[in-house]
Amino acid sequence: MQLTSRLLVAAAKLISGYTVRWKDAMPDTCQRIYFANHTSHLDGLVLWAGLPPHLRQLTRPVAAKDYWEKGWLRRHVADAFNALLIDRREVKVHQSPVDLMIREMDDKYSLIIFPEGSRNAKEEMNRFKSGLYYLAKKRPDLELVPVYLDNMNRILPRGEVLPVPLLSNITIGTPIWLEQGESKQQFLDRARQSIIRLRDEDE
Amino acid sequence: MLFETLHPFLLGFLEETNKSFIPFDNRTAWLIAAVMILLIIGSAVGKLLERSSEERLNSAVVRSFNQRIRSWWLMCAILIAGLVIGPTGTVVLFGMIAFWALREFITMTPTRRGDHRALFWVLVIFTPLQFVLVGLNDERQMFKVLLPLIAALFVPMRIALANDEKRYLERSAKILIGILICVYALSFAPALLYLEIVNSSGELWSEDQSANKGLLFFFVLITQLNDVMQFGWGKLIGRNVIASRINTSRTVEGVIAAAASSALLGALFSWVTPFLFWQAAIIAVVVSLTGFAGGITMSAIKRDRGVRDFGTLLQGHAGILDRIDSLCFAAPVFYLVTEFFFTGHGTAVDTQAVVIWVTSFFI
Repeated sequence: MQLTSRLLVAAAKLISGYTVRWKDAMPDTCQRIYFANHTSHLDGLVLWAGLPPHLRQLTRPVAAKDYWEKGWLRRHVADAFNALLIDRREVKVHQSPVDLMIREMDDKYSLIIFPEGSRNAKEEMNRFKSGLYYLAKKRPDLELVPVYLDNMNRILPRGEVLPVPLLSNITIGTPIWLEQGESKQQFLDRARQSIIRLRDEDE
Repeated sequence: MLFETLHPFLLGFLEETNKSFIPFDNRTAWLIAAVMILLIIGSAVGKLLERSSEERLNSAVVRSFNQRIRSWWLMCAILIAGLVIGPTGTVVLFGMIAFWALREFITMTPTRRGDHRALFWVLVIFTPLQFVLVGLNDERQMFKVLLPLIAALFVPMRIALANDEKRYLERSAKILIGILICVYALSFAPALLYLEIVNSSGELWSEDQSANKGLLFFFVLITQLNDVMQFGWGKLIGRNVIASRINTSRTVEGVIAAAASSALLGALFSWVTPFLFWQAAIIAVVVSLTGFAGGITMSAIKRDRGVRDFGTLLQGHAGILDRIDSLCFAAPVFYLVTEFFFTGHGTAVDTQAVVIWVTSFFI
């Protein structure tokens, strides 16, 4: 398992040539939700690989069960980065994704999520789904860290199988929290804006 | 008695170890030693400047000087490592550099979704294949035709298949100029290692081409020093900027003075090459001018894209393309000149290429 995860990190580095920038933020082992824009299948892997090794062990990308449970290789890969698989199709009442995430996080793990829901092929980010808000509401102690992934849509865009090994950037910003009396939509907009700001400051 | 029987073995052993421990011929070893000493001096000077520069010197200049020294150390280490492993190792290392440079180039140029498959071919298949062909060193020299003939026709076709006509010509041209500069041109540098060089008195220069390592080192050394001298002379005596909208630090005086200094350096280091000292001086001038061509072309590309260096394009990246632009342009010309005049079987195409290249500066 250790070997597979090392190989995965090496492959992620080779394919995406990422550089990581912590912008007004520091790597920390406290429990966090890293939320990022989503344009490519590689996003979760690359963001996970971009974290320092001691954080990598404590951080679990949230991924779609229907995709990652297909076939031996995908399952093995998902195991290697300790992915938290969520069933997108059958959402049961007492088994909502948010509850599952909170249970699996325990008091130890951090998560990587993509609040847009599915990969985005357009220039602008999609609106965020509400999961991030409920996570913030149920666990107000979590740091919500915005991450902007640059260029991943050129490396492996939606609908392609073979990646083009260009260079990419991971920008990790300052944590946000749910403010007192903030509505769901206000909070989700603010979260989305925090990623857009990382992108714009980049240019 | 014992000594006498052992003696030949001992001598043989010494000779063998001598061969295997220093994988260069003597001349190359000396050149490398000289470069190392220069680099050590350079590093020391850099450290001193850093400490005392606060008021008197421009700290940006000092920083860029130190950066350059650091990247030279790296370049030197890569070259030596490659030369120790052997020609194949050098080819592989140059292949990796070309791959990284092309990656920077394409990352900087906007492409469309429809270019994805073509880019995959270029980066994952054609680039490694080019260097495999250089390493194979077959009789027909396939590496000379793969990219300009096959890839240059394949890429536009592959983009057309993607069924997206927006800015089609522009997109094809961007990818083609990328492979031409970063991959094709650079691949001529390691190809030097396979030339069967005949010196001007008509003798085979080195039996197993092991001395070619020295020639490659000589070439890289001249291009790199020439870069710095163009900048330095330009700062000191430069008056007339050549193309002010492209690059403000390249001046006519700087280019001429750097060419003259390169000629001196070439003559000074001619003992590591198969050239006589005056031949080395002329070739160094050619290298100097083509190196300038590389710098100014890459500046134009950067200006067009609105970036200052490839290094700042993505934070933390070294910006390989900034360092090798002059190398890319000088390599094919240096190779062709050497092949034409010093192998005894150069082709007319070689001369034509060189003549066109050099005259294009003046017309």
